[in-house]
Amino acid sequence: MNSSTNKKLYGYLRPDGRKGIRNIVLVAYLVECAHHVAREIAHSFRSREVQLIGFGGCYPNAYADKMMNALCTHPNVGAVLLVSLGCESFNRKRLYQTVKESGRPVQLLGIQEKGGTKKTITEGIEFVTAALDEIKRTPVVDLDVSDIVAGVVSGGSDATSGITANPAVGKAFDILVEKGGTAIFENIGEMIGLDDLISGRGTTPALRDELRKAMEKSARYYTIMGHGSFAPGNADGGLTTQEEKGMGAYYKGGTASITGMIKPADIPPRKGLYLMDIVPDGEPRFGFPNPNDSSEIAELIASGALCVLFTTGRGSVVGSAIAPIIKVCANPDTYARMEDDMDINAGKILTEGVSLDEMGNEIFNKIISVAGGSQTCSEELGHQEFVLGYKTFEPVGPSCLP
Amino acid sequence: MSKLMKLNPGDNVYIVRVPLQANDSVEIDGKSYVIKQSLGFGHKIAATSLHPGDKIIKFGIPIGSATEHISAGEHVHLHNMKSDYLPTYTLNNEFVNK
Repeated sequence: MNSSTNKKLYGYLRPDGRKGIRNIVLVAYLVECAHHVAREIAHSFRSREVQLIGFGGCYPNAYADKMMNALCTHPNVGAVLLVSLGCESFNRKRLYQTVKESGRPVQLLGIQEKGGTKKTITEGIEFVTAALDEIKRTPVVDLDVSDIVAGVVSGGSDATSGITANPAVGKAFDILVEKGGTAIFENIGEMIGLDDLISGRGTTPALRDELRKAMEKSARYYTIMGHGSFAPGNADGGLTTQEEKGMGAYYKGGTASITGMIKPADIPPRKGLYLMDIVPDGEPRFGFPNPNDSSEIAELIASGALCVLFTTGRGSVVGSAIAPIIKVCANPDTYARMEDDMDINAGKILTEGVSLDEMGNEIFNKIISVAGGSQTCSEELGHQEFVLGYKTFEPVGPSCLP
Repeated sequence: MSKLMKLNPGDNVYIVRVPLQANDSVEIDGKSYVIKQSLGFGHKIAATSLHPGDKIIKFGIPIGSATEHISAGEHVHLHNMKSDYLPTYTLNNEFVNK
């Protein structure tokens, strides 16, 4: 294997024992009404390691609460500034406590309490300035390949996605899992009609049963919504049906056995390959399970993904707050057109006859170099998209995590 | 490099491996077919004659059903096939589910 896999890796050690590959200050708004103030604070540090996330809703939601708590204590996060309006439903004191107990510098600013926009921005900037200094002292320790948690998502898929980028990422996942790392795929909402294939990969009969139930839930949910996880651009790119797109998406997960099934913001308890069930439980209530790619990315990161592979055929440009996004471009024409946004050209499988194994190695090596600190295209371009909406989940049962 | 590829031996569609222009010809089972319109990477071409209701097989699994007669060498897309599960939405604002 090439030199990047032999390079020694370092991670930021967090008090919970997890290791990060980035060390950022997070500014988080707790209702849309606090978004502008939080954004102004974060924008004062535009080229620094400061990123913005938030939850816009004023009504409480257990899922959003769990997501925010998980994101604010993500291994790539060194310190957190919480920006509240003051009258929203979000449980800001509990989130503050969670971050404080995690050992990170944290401050909670209420805009009403502080006396408005200007005063809050001034105080927020003071905190972030001090926090950037303080997190320089985060202990740096050896990072092993087995410490890596990677997620995968696809967006702007076309007919090349299922032939090049998705199976190549699957190969990279197989390597990562074999080396003792953790990989998460989450396309359960797309994989309609593939119940037997997915459920057959569970390590125990009880897990296989849970996987099948999740697939059935997904098919039912999208049927009621009347719309699959399929966009017009998918059809322009040669895809026809949800089944066809889903089968292409299926290859992202590689061929390893499925160690367990998690839901958004659950942290995989062991190493291995995990499937994330992103489809809400109960009657369809708040809308689509994956309104856009960024919402799926946020869920993978909340479950501890240190970086996320993003396969695209039509060409997506999004990045993310908190964890680097590695773009794997499936379509060689798209790569030629949008090279600045793409980290990997998996279209070489079609144009240069590169094998899936070779491409899988290239992607795995890219994960390692990004874990080693090299910037992805979307990081360099400043992409930090973030979306979080309402959902309802029941906790996973013990059968899901044998 | 062959212009078409089959992803699974059991498939009844080929995948366009090299973008095709209208009037390009492709060879299937020793017979030459003229392509009517340009087709980008990954589009599907029937490997055999298909009847309405026949399953379209790609990756070795059914990805939908034919909605009309499709001849070998013909483009297989939303105009002549549909999902067996969910309607497909396109930008002309219609759910294609003939």
